[in-house]
Amino acid sequence: MAGTPLQIERDTAPEPQLSVVDVLVDSLKRWVFSVQDYSLLSARSVRNLATSPRYFQDTLDQMDDIGVGSLPIVLISGFFIGAVMVLQTGSQFTRFGQAALTGDIVAIALVRELGPTLTGILVAGRCSSGIASELGSMLVTEQVDAMRAMGTDPSRKLVTPRVLATVLMLPLLTALNDFVGLLGGCVASVFSLRLGAVEFWTRAIKALDFADLMQGFTKPMVYGFILATVGCYKGLNVRGGTQGVGRATTQAVVLASVMIIAADLFLTKLALYLGDKLF
Amino acid sequence: MTPAIAAARSDAGPAVVFDNVYLGFDEGDILRGVSFSVPARETMVLLGETGTGKTLTLKLAAGLLKPTRGSVSVLGQEVSAMSERELLHLRERIGFVFQEGALFDSMTVGENVAYRLREEHVNEEEIEPRVNEALQFVELEHTADQLPSELSGGMRRRVSIARALINRPDIVLYDSPTAGLDPVTSQTIISLILRLRDVYGVTALLATQRVQDGFALANFSFDKETKHVVHINPAKAAKDGETAAATRFIVYKEGRIYFNGDPQELSSTKDPYLRRFLV
Repeated sequence: MAGTPLQIERDTAPEPQLSVVDVLVDSLKRWVFSVQDYSLLSARSVRNLATSPRYFQDTLDQMDDIGVGSLPIVLISGFFIGAVMVLQTGSQFTRFGQAALTGDIVAIALVRELGPTLTGILVAGRCSSGIASELGSMLVTEQVDAMRAMGTDPSRKLVTPRVLATVLMLPLLTALNDFVGLLGGCVASVFSLRLGAVEFWTRAIKALDFADLMQGFTKPMVYGFILATVGCYKGLNVRGGTQGVGRATTQAVVLASVMIIAADLFLTKLALYLGDKLF
Repeated sequence: MTPAIAAARSDAGPAVVFDNVYLGFDEGDILRGVSFSVPARETMVLLGETGTGKTLTLKLAAGLLKPTRGSVSVLGQEVSAMSERELLHLRERIGFVFQEGALFDSMTVGENVAYRLREEHVNEEEIEPRVNEALQFVELEHTADQLPSELSGGMRRRVSIARALINRPDIVLYDSPTAGLDPVTSQTIISLILRLRDVYGVTALLATQRVQDGFALANFSFDKETKHVVHINPAKAAKDGETAAATRFIVYKEGRIYFNGDPQELSSTKDPYLRRFLV
């Protein structure tokens, strides 16, 4: 209705047409900026440890939530993975009359590879999503701005405690996952392969050396750092309200899982190289 | 340095100065050359349609955003040139009441109000009486142990005001404090803002779409003796030698200041755009 108070004048200039190259360049720029922002947030989360204020209580709360809270899924999954490993490898070894080797293989596979990576992915599924949705919700409801407005640095209060808690708790969860996995493997080998429990444990423990344990407990620390920083980054960069929170949550889990698997390749190569040189 | 900025750098000068401020995002400039100053103890009401930059103005004043051009000075310090670490200290002198309250939903009302004091490591014995005093000010002392989700929208805004005044800030920034509230609750919120202004003498920036909020602040005051909100009588105030806290209006249009004047000028305007706010 022209000429009435309800009329709102708008700029009606046509939007410029973008070429495919412009769109690709724009996407690449956004990706580079995202990598830069993620790297800066990760670096800040570590740098915050060196200076005060430090939030010990928040870190303990997160250790409880991430560590103790993830215990059931890690233990249950670990038990069944160990048992399945024994069934799969045992059936192959039995064909060559080497069923006794099952304990060796399962122990090495669990401690070096399956334990850390599966624990990382399981905790990423639970905690990266949890962190992203919690921080994302805080962002869209202006709680993060409120925190800044009251003189608190959100990277200190929200990011560093979560990163530190995850880095500290994931190796412990991995250790428990490894133990319960071997327990599951033992049960499967006793009932399915008719191996003795003592024989299984003796071979499993003897198969492991210090380099395996180093590898098995270094990886979870890196995975913990990845899954916490990805969750924080996605949560603190939510766009588009509550729908954006849902999207960020999904992206956090997917990205953290993929990054953990990709990091596994490089960490394994590095660990094998260092294992040969040092041990 | 412009004269306005130079004046703002001393405590005797204006509490807030915007000097030719531009702020833009991917979709273009939202604020385009905004300049104004707010003397100490004065209230500036920011009026405008949705998306014209009222909230952004408040966030710029609190240093939560940086202008793309121009400068913002608050309490004699140029916030647009300060690092985040320096800003965290300055924000201890600024209170911010967010549109939806932005209360921390995992904390009780009492913990929300005490948040700033705990961040400043104030003794626990001192915190409780100060929290009670702030909650009494907003008449919500009985809600200290409740969670924000258990409160109504109006109560959440009142808690937000209590949280903002807990450390007696020099400036309080109100982002649409009455938006979405019924008339009675809106009146309660405005009465609180009046009390905060007249009891503690704070400088205020109030973003709103309701012109009546601004006129209420201009025409009423809180009588400290009778503890009632009373109509300002200019003749009596002049006779008693008192100066009523001044209230001025800014009206935004498409990111620019369309009007900057006192309530009388606004109420007597013949400008069709401004008349739309007076309907």
